[in-house]
Order: sequence, then C-alpha cells, then structure tokens
Amino acid sequence: MMPEISLNVLDVAENSVRAKATRIEILVTADTKSDTLTIVIADNGCGMSQEMVERVTDPFFTTRKTRRVGLGVPFFKMAAEMSGGSFRIESTVGVGTTVTAVFGLTHMDRMPLGDMASTMHQLITMHEEISYRYLYRYDDDAFELDTDEFRAILGDVSFAEPEVSSYIKEYLAENSAEVTAGRAI
Amino acid sequence: MKSLEELKAIRERMQNQLGVRDKDEKQTRIVVGMATCGIAAGARPVLNKFAELVQEKGLKDVMVTQTGCIGICRYEPIVEVFESGKPKTTYVHMTADKAEEVFNRHIIGGNVVKDYVIPATIEVGK
Repeated sequence: MMPEISLNVLDVAENSVRAKATRIEILVTADTKSDTLTIVIADNGCGMSQEMVERVTDPFFTTRKTRRVGLGVPFFKMAAEMSGGSFRIESTVGVGTTVTAVFGLTHMDRMPLGDMASTMHQLITMHEEISYRYLYRYDDDAFELDTDEFRAILGDVSFAEPEVSSYIKEYLAENSAEVTAGRAI
Repeated sequence: MKSLEELKAIRERMQNQLGVRDKDEKQTRIVVGMATCGIAAGARPVLNKFAELVQEKGLKDVMVTQTGCIGICRYEPIVEVFESGKPKTTYVHMTADKAEEVFNRHIIGGNVVKDYVIPATIEVGK
C-alpha cells in the first residue's frame, strides 16, 4: 500500500518507462461536481496483449525475475477501489497503454494525492529521453507542462543539470500550488 | 509564477559550459532502488536528498541514478554506492536523514557508514 497517490503514479509510470515509451502523458483531475479525482497515465510504449492486461492486476503476476510478485498495478487499483472509485487498463500491442484510476475525491478511505510535483520532477529528470505531458486540473483551474517545450529551449542541455533540475522542480511546485490554491487534495 | 523565459536565461548561461561534462567521467554512482518495494518503503525522499546534495555541492563526478528491485525487498529503501576501484557498498533501510549522513561521511569523507550497510549474512529471494 502506498501512503500517497503520487507514489502510485511514480511506480506505475515506471512501467511505461520499461515498456520503452517515448511519450508519457499524466493527467490529474480533481472535480468537485462529480466528487472524483481521476488519474490517467497514458504511454506509447510496447503495449500488452489482452491476456496480459487481465493478468497485471493479479499480485502474483510480474515480468521481473528478481521476485515472484508484482504489486505496482494491484496497489494502484486497490487504492482507487477502496475510495469508491474504479480502475481500468486499455492497451494495444505496438500502440501503447492507458491506465485510468478514478478515486472518490472526498471519500474517507482515499489516500492523499501527495507530492505530485516531486513525482513529475523525478520522472522528468531521471528519464529525460522520454517526453512528458503533465496536466493538473482542479475544477476550472489547470496547469499544463510539456517537456518538449523545455527541450526546445534547452537543446542538448541536460534536465539533470543542477540549475535546470531546480528550475523544473520550482516550476512544478509553484504552478501546482497556484492551481491547488490551498484546497488540499 | 515561473515562466519559460527563466529557462531561456539558464540555457544562455550554460552554453559556455557545454562539452565539459560527460557521463563516462563520473567516478561514483549512487543507485537508489525505485521499484514498488522501494517506493512504498520511502525511496523517493532518499533519492531526492542525494540528488539535492550532489547538486548543492556541485560534485561533477558523482551521478545519482535509480534501479529496479534487486530482490531483497524487506531491506528497502536500498542504496548502492559504486566507486571505481572499490567494492560496492549496499546501504539498507535508508531515510533522507541517513542519506545526508552517508553523503557527508562516505561520498565526501570517503568512509563507509558501517551502521547502515547490509548485514553480512542474509537470505535472498524470500
């Protein structure tokens, strides 16, 4: 069990990295009208067969060899479902995979969203060969980031360069805080 | 609110320094386990702490990176330190505070922090 949803996102997005995605979209939408918090992680990685899609929510399925259990997806699914939400994976071999987790926004058993800015910062700086689109929305307020824009400005300067890395960290933190505007998720 | 203009300014400042650095030059690698087990146990703040300190001190020959599960999940968060010409050091049950201590005493000071290294005999694969 992850103590915050942003850690589920970090973990499950690593599956996209291993699936050789070149583009990952992460959408976080809090909607008070429908009382939902929706997380979408969509990649253009290698995708999965229908059979594999059915198996990845099984804790005793994993692609790795170092241990016999794989809890990333099951944890994410459990976290969504225990908050009265839902979970689904759509995938096409050679096209990519989309994971959608819907949480009950004000449900008592929903984990806090946590530090999404930190999750995005880590994904962006640790896998800079991948381009990311990140959308963070709270009702009508939204913040969107596309690392292709960073890349166009920076050219071959690495995102891991100290100055660039701390810029990205602050960019994420400040813009997210503006959207959240004190309404803790 | 941060703007992209700031990033352009950073890019301009950095242009002169380009070509000086190369990943192959890195002498030390700090590797943090970031699979489900590591993340659930608290690896994210550990990785962040190392990355911050390396940036803060401007250590050009130290690289902070991540890896998957190495099979001893109950010792997570796990940090491996690889230094050229030395045996690998494996730190277990790490926290951000311990990371700072390892950074100061080991990465900067050159002394392995024995209290946090993995016990000599463990059973792998359980």
